[in-house]
Amino acid sequence: MNFIYDLHRTMMAEKLILVYEGDFTQESTKSILSMAERNLDSAGESSGTKRKVFNVMVEALQNIVKHSSEQGLQAGSLISRSAIFMISKDDLRYCVMTGNPIPKSRVAKLTNNLTELNNKDKEGLKEMYKEIIKNTQISEKGGAGLGFVDMARKSGEKLGFSFAEMDSEHDFFCLKVTISREKE
Amino acid sequence: MEILNLKGTEDTPSILLDKKNGIFEISGRSLPEDSAEFYRPVLDWIGSYAADPNPATEFTLKLEYFNTASSKLILDVLSALEEIKGMKILWYFHDDDEDMEEAGQEFSELVEIPFEFKTY
Repeated sequence: MNFIYDLHRTMMAEKLILVYEGDFTQESTKSILSMAERNLDSAGESSGTKRKVFNVMVEALQNIVKHSSEQGLQAGSLISRSAIFMISKDDLRYCVMTGNPIPKSRVAKLTNNLTELNNKDKEGLKEMYKEIIKNTQISEKGGAGLGFVDMARKSGEKLGFSFAEMDSEHDFFCLKVTISREKE
Repeated sequence: MEILNLKGTEDTPSILLDKKNGIFEISGRSLPEDSAEFYRPVLDWIGSYAADPNPATEFTLKLEYFNTASSKLILDVLSALEEIKGMKILWYFHDDDEDMEEAGQEFSELVEIPFEFKTY
């Protein structure tokens, strides 16, 4: 059972304050949010930081919920609906991190989208947000196509992302959103 | 005209639309699983109200938090309100919530309705 201690040490080393692995639904999203909110409250975090972390968590979690429903068809195979969500915290920042399987066919487009976002400044992201909200329709999955733009705006830093090979058809998409802790 | 009164939950806002008493308010948190479905009755109500509105309407938006899918629907609500004469939006934000203030400013730039900004 060494893995228990190993996992514990990893979590300590990475300063992870919350890790959730499994199925993602609106119900699990609500539970994770209320757990994380309690954590932010008890840490006495400033309201600005709390709101930004909450905001990024919602978008990150709802992104996974939407994409798990796509993956659900392959339940039982290696590519299950399973995904991971975590939050780390050190003296300077919170990081909201997610990992979920996506079809390889989506990797190129996602890379382009995220790279485009990372090349924009505050004003550029604002213009992009307004442009999308004016023209978008809510998709069948309930998304407005605004999640990453919103996360980038709330973060104020570059979105970290990478893709790990899972099998011939899927990659594991890893996303890291950083939120600086405001000093009161 | 019927009153639309929805009690807020942990992921949906409170909604009170009452023509007779002149109360029009959406407040709280908005991160429903299906935002289009949640806001449909609101948009329907506004559609009926637009046919015979009060001479002046002050519509209060007092949101603590909304997700991006809700932001699209809030824009749809504002676009529906835009058609009504004598419309004014009261946009409330917590006095240290710059993001909510900015969100209100952005909405005000997207529709042709006067916005009044208020803190709480």
